[in-house]
Amino acid sequence: MSAPGGWTVASIRDALTSRKISARELTAEYFSRIEKRNPELNAYLALSRERANEQAARVDALVAKGETLPRLAGVPLAIKDVLSTTGTRTTCGSKILETYVPPYDATAVERLDRAGAIFLGKTNCDEFAMGSSNENSAYGPVQNPTAPGRVPGGSSGGSAAAVAADLAVVSLGTDTGGSIRQPGACCGIPAMMPTYGRVSRYGLIAFASSLDRIGPFGRTVRDVAEVLGLIAGSDSNDSTCANVPVPDYVAGLDAPIAGLRLGVPEEYFAAGLDSEVRRKVEAGIALLEKLGCKRVPIRLPHTEFAIATYYIIATAEASSNLARFDGVRYGLRAEASTLSEMYRKTRRLGFGAEVKRRIMLGTYALSSGYYDAYYLRAQKVRTLLARDFAEAFERVDAIVAPTSPTPPFRLGEKTADPLQMYLADIYTVTGSLAGITGISVPCGTTSERLPVGMQILGPHFSEERVLQLAHNFERAGGFDL
Amino acid sequence: MKLSREEVLRVAELAHLELSDAEAETYRGQLDSILEYIETLNRVDVSGVEPMAQVAYAGEGPAATPLREDVARPCDVGDAILAQAPEAKKPYFRVPKVIER
Repeated sequence: MSAPGGWTVASIRDALTSRKISARELTAEYFSRIEKRNPELNAYLALSRERANEQAARVDALVAKGETLPRLAGVPLAIKDVLSTTGTRTTCGSKILETYVPPYDATAVERLDRAGAIFLGKTNCDEFAMGSSNENSAYGPVQNPTAPGRVPGGSSGGSAAAVAADLAVVSLGTDTGGSIRQPGACCGIPAMMPTYGRVSRYGLIAFASSLDRIGPFGRTVRDVAEVLGLIAGSDSNDSTCANVPVPDYVAGLDAPIAGLRLGVPEEYFAAGLDSEVRRKVEAGIALLEKLGCKRVPIRLPHTEFAIATYYIIATAEASSNLARFDGVRYGLRAEASTLSEMYRKTRRLGFGAEVKRRIMLGTYALSSGYYDAYYLRAQKVRTLLARDFAEAFERVDAIVAPTSPTPPFRLGEKTADPLQMYLADIYTVTGSLAGITGISVPCGTTSERLPVGMQILGPHFSEERVLQLAHNFERAGGFDL
Repeated sequence: MKLSREEVLRVAELAHLELSDAEAETYRGQLDSILEYIETLNRVDVSGVEPMAQVAYAGEGPAATPLREDVARPCDVGDAILAQAPEAKKPYFRVPKVIER
């Protein structure tokens, strides 16, 4: 899958400094593309024209004065609608927040603002990031721009589609069980989930706090590295964000990868993997071997229990996090004569079917009499899953596997059976549960020209290494296998 | 069948969700099959395994996730926050009666 051409962070910088284009012109160009294609794709839920124009004017003023431009100067950016943005409606893809306008920026958003990015708008997603196809959005599904009639993946479907269709140069998504990597794979672009604690989540409207990560989409690995370097690093507003130095990811991209040991987990190539996806990922691994990496067969023995573990832990945390949506402080409120009736009616009207299903599953798993059997047991299995990875990383530098067991499925194909939809996350929830990092990169298309994604997983805080592998893979033609 | 209709309604009440009869029946069936799938966790030997209650990096080096000083700072956002409320009377959020007369 060849990444579509067009602007990159570096080419925008060159064009701005050589005055071939102004930030205002570039911004106008992107808004006009969005006007043309968004009615069909539904990738954007809201546009932030006023703020974008202010940001573009700031960049143009710097160019006029001949000053050094900040790292992301003039780069058109899309932001998943679960991240708070001052003055721009933030709905989480839910009716319950239809009118919510945050009074502050999320830390990741604020850092990109300071870096000179242009905020085009907010992207569609599964409601409260719960889904694998973007079909759970209260504002309608997103079309996959690279595979018409197919899902763009989820939950960050709008962020992936916007970049794949060149309605933004880079975007931010969130990954709780695969919600960055899987849409990246479905839309044929690189997409990164950073280590738990790498990027501050201040201002991210929480789904499952022990799993949620914020990470970038781009059309090149270099652009993904550019954005990650800016949003990573400690934040006094998020105590779960680690105080670990942030390397210069872009400068490190060209480091050689020869000699690196790549683990290939047997469990990720077992029954259930589509044969064409298998062939493409095998070709991807062969290319990395050609680049000098060493293939090492490994086992991650608890993989088969990951989905069950994930859907207990994520829903338990969601049932608690989503208790705040009760009609009191923001968003929708239903008319009622008592407080408790107001809560129940507001949540009934405001939440969609999948969100209610997960709140109920999580509430059940945490309820008296069931806590030990479900939640506590799932937390113990999570320890075993994390241990699988820790043991594997004693022998290998990174792990390579398919991102998703199938190419993007048809819109509507899995909506009737929630469990089938959950199983689409089988290869991504493991890395989420273990807290490690990973990137999905395109590795060609099937005979029906459907994008296939390959994920490269690394130990905690090994983003630099993972990006080097992805970049070398891209440079060697891996995206078009 | 693991879940009864009564259990579904009890969970909905705990979660402050109002369900129609039809919804209660749909969720009963769906949650039932999800819970059946989750039963696979019973095949894992978890004896002596600690639950993973903390995901934040606990690697080597000085406190990776340090706590900041607990210092009071001005936070003048009251008006901005109340402006989002469905019903407010400064400095309060207004809600329907809690106790019925």
